[in-house]
Amino acid sequence: MKYKGKVIKYNDNVDTDVIIPARYLNTSDPKELAVHCMEDLDRTFASRVGQGDIIVAGQNFGCGSSREHAPIAIKASGISIVIAKSFARIFYRNAINIGLAIVECPEAAENIGEGDIVEADMDNGIIKNLTTGKEYKTQPFPEFIQNIIKNGGLIKSAEKETI
Amino acid sequence: MGMTMTQKILAHHAGLESVQAGQLILANLDLVLGNDITSPVAIKEFSKLGKDSVFDREKITMVMDHFVPNKDIKAAQQCKMCRDFCMEKNITHFYDVGRMGIEHALLPEKGLVTAGNLVIGADSHTCTYGALGAFSTGVGSTDMAFGMATGKAWFKVPSAIKINLTGKLRKYVSGKDVILNLIGKIGVDGALYKSLEFDGEGLSSLTVSDRLCMANMAIEAGAKNGIFAVDELTLEYLENHNAEKPVIYKADDNAQYDEVIDINLSEIEPTVAFPHLPENAKIFRDIDDIEINQVVIGSCTNGRLEDLISAAEILKGRKCAENVRVIIIPATQKIYLDALRMGLIEIFIESGAVVSTPTCGPCLGGYMGILAEGEKAVTTTNRNFVGRMGHPESEIYLASPATAAASAVTGKITSPWEVMNYEV
Repeated sequence: MKYKGKVIKYNDNVDTDVIIPARYLNTSDPKELAVHCMEDLDRTFASRVGQGDIIVAGQNFGCGSSREHAPIAIKASGISIVIAKSFARIFYRNAINIGLAIVECPEAAENIGEGDIVEADMDNGIIKNLTTGKEYKTQPFPEFIQNIIKNGGLIKSAEKETI
Repeated sequence: MGMTMTQKILAHHAGLESVQAGQLILANLDLVLGNDITSPVAIKEFSKLGKDSVFDREKITMVMDHFVPNKDIKAAQQCKMCRDFCMEKNITHFYDVGRMGIEHALLPEKGLVTAGNLVIGADSHTCTYGALGAFSTGVGSTDMAFGMATGKAWFKVPSAIKINLTGKLRKYVSGKDVILNLIGKIGVDGALYKSLEFDGEGLSSLTVSDRLCMANMAIEAGAKNGIFAVDELTLEYLENHNAEKPVIYKADDNAQYDEVIDINLSEIEPTVAFPHLPENAKIFRDIDDIEINQVVIGSCTNGRLEDLISAAEILKGRKCAENVRVIIIPATQKIYLDALRMGLIEIFIESGAVVSTPTCGPCLGGYMGILAEGEKAVTTTNRNFVGRMGHPESEIYLASPATAAASAVTGKITSPWEVMNYEV
């Protein structure tokens, strides 16, 4: 899988309350959630995010609540992959389980800038900043998790009885 | 190589002799939990599997607690979806308005969790039950759906940080102060992906209520779970709440820990976490006068009877400051009734506080106490993120029930030691 897009960059500890505030949790409709994605952190996000864009963030991205509405909102807003220094663990498994690509790469997360054009080649574990020409290597997912992502999430994996 | 307490529970539930940190396993679940926010997403996912029934109707519980009594039409629709699903699947442990409570206070009270259990819940504070010697952790709705269908979940076996407790808490200091102090030390990602394992000679002086509060906030340090060694207090609690027979797992003497942190309980002071992260912990010598607009005493962290008793001790015969709105929320129907019978509700109302039916409402900015722009609140809840309780420009200060009650009286962030003239 290859993902290419423009970078929207955030700092450390982006929590699920700013990714999708709880006042909108009375719905689970992805399109409705996407309208309010990042609202309390960055009011411009929903209007400027484009299909395929990439979020690059600092440490502990997605900390806080277990709401799956958070990765759902990000995915529905058009984001193709989230690259961060580290992820909060529930967000990490939720993203995998719903089929949102995420990758930990501290070096890339540190150096890639807002507005850069980035290509993430997840088959080979290479993140390329097309704006600066710099390349970063990442750890590939374990096979177990690769299968879940390839099948399009945990439920689709279960349907295929790969688990 | 020796195993931690968490690793032993995981190994047993995966049918393995032993496991190591980093290993991926598929484990059998003793209980799968969801609430009115996360269950609707899980139910949608579950329906995609085309299964007629859940893996075990006795081992699934849904608690309507976040936005009930229904705060609006959409919330009502979500609860209806959960109710209909539980009726259709004949789920035994469905808790609706009138029988419900905040999930993490309700499940231990109902005896639904026992030592040695493996519990997942589509709510991040599911880690609370570690206080009872169970492995329990928050997951998302898809994991909940998969768990309801198969009785299983995948885990990456965590490494652990051991918290070695010594000493004994001083008066008006509680588990909340200890856990805020610890998160202040290690940071909001200090235990990322790891277990926090609490043990040591100081453990016996912590009430089960203190332990539930501390395990509850393990997630606020990024931990996968928080877990307490099982002792006589645990066993007594489980027996009193008709929980199933406990299975006691002890960490091996040669278990590997990433780190061992010593906490002397005797040195813990009333602690407050400043906006906008739970790691911004301060003690009162470093806190200036900060005027507040609201106090909330309640939540899955601090809405238990002991918390209300602690608040009532301070509010008894005193009045809440005129410019402060004080909201007190017993976490379950039983706690509400016990508090009523003990005269606590009368103390609260006479002090000028309001008392609400159980709900998570204000903690996550749902309803029942939303903050306006620029307002400040002292709350016994667990998160002080930007906009968590309302307007993105409002501020949340996390504290114990005693500190929240003391602050309610003075109208500014205040140590219970000051209001109660306690000589340290």
